[in-house]
Amino acid sequence: MNMRTQLGEVRGLGSAKTGTSHFWMQRLTALALIPLTLWFVASLASMGSADYADAVAWVKSPLTSILLLALIAATFHHMQLGLQVIIEDYVHAEGLKIASLIVMKCGSVLLGLAAAFAVLKVAFEG
Amino acid sequence: MAEFTLPANSKIKQGKEWPASASGGAPQTFRIYRWTAEDDENPKIDTYTIDTSDCGPMVLDALIKIKTEIDPTLTFRRSCREGICGSCAMNIDGTNTLACTKYISDMKGDVKIYPLPHMKVVKDLVPDLNAAYAQLASIEPWMKTETAAPPDRERLQSPEDRKKLDGLYECILCFCCSTSCPSYWWNGDRYLGPAILLQAYRWIVDSRDEHTGERLDNLEDPFRLYRCHTIMNCSKTCPKGLNPAKAIAEIKKLMVERQY
Repeated sequence: MNMRTQLGEVRGLGSAKTGTSHFWMQRLTALALIPLTLWFVASLASMGSADYADAVAWVKSPLTSILLLALIAATFHHMQLGLQVIIEDYVHAEGLKIASLIVMKCGSVLLGLAAAFAVLKVAFEG
Repeated sequence: MAEFTLPANSKIKQGKEWPASASGGAPQTFRIYRWTAEDDENPKIDTYTIDTSDCGPMVLDALIKIKTEIDPTLTFRRSCREGICGSCAMNIDGTNTLACTKYISDMKGDVKIYPLPHMKVVKDLVPDLNAAYAQLASIEPWMKTETAAPPDRERLQSPEDRKKLDGLYECILCFCCSTSCPSYWWNGDRYLGPAILLQAYRWIVDSRDEHTGERLDNLEDPFRLYRCHTIMNCSKTCPKGLNPAKAIAEIKKLMVERQY
């Protein structure tokens, strides 16, 4: 039986004094993704007749490599911020929520690292 | 997990069809949610048909007519009947609004009336608002100052600063907005919801208040404030034409502003 007052329930554990950096980073990465995604899609679209060697040469160019890494960082950071919100919205069992968040964050980091590694491998080894 | 279907004991069944009033005139049918804790039955939809030529123009007038002439057990809150007390907030034809400011003539077909969504129901159209009132208390909706007021006059505020309260002070706390917000449905125990956040902003932006920082500290929380995902149902449904979503966005802007 819960005999706690309504105000006690609402005040709960108090304010976490966080959330603003999450909100801000989600907006910043969203903004960064607009030009990066447009550039990426336009670049791919313009390489319709290119072969494997052309693609490798494109990735090896320093500007392309750096922009691809920026695209990967922004995409996966934005993705994990958004997925965190979805999990917090819908998963209410504390244990399952924490477990989902850990799995999701680790998965995002690994996927991001794999993507970045692919770019670096092409950039430095060809 | 968030529940997306009604629990078995909340599933709505067909209720009683009350005989139409004999006077004929301009008949209008109302399909109204009924539930009482006094029996173990599921909620039901009762159907009432009244003569609107012998009734005031608002949905609240129709509810009062039904209660007076057909079914005295129909239960709803009402007080001022002019959109200033917020008591008769309910879901009419799928939109949260005040029964006293909603014209019957604006309705197409049968009028469906339910209590405010996703709140516990006390009886029929009466939702339990105790948790929402506790959330209001938690943001301390009164002026907080260290500096004593001038002994001979009120605290001064420039006309420009007073203007910042327009669109905020008019809120009557009917909770149409909060109960229209999916984020409040899923996380109403931790998310404060648009009604309370608009109230919080009303004190944050008040130039006479000296506790702005503490107020922001109290809201800086992934759930209390940042469960707002700019869905905008709040601003769409507000029967007073206010914009809680903008008030929440202003709070978020202040949160960022004080970081840099």
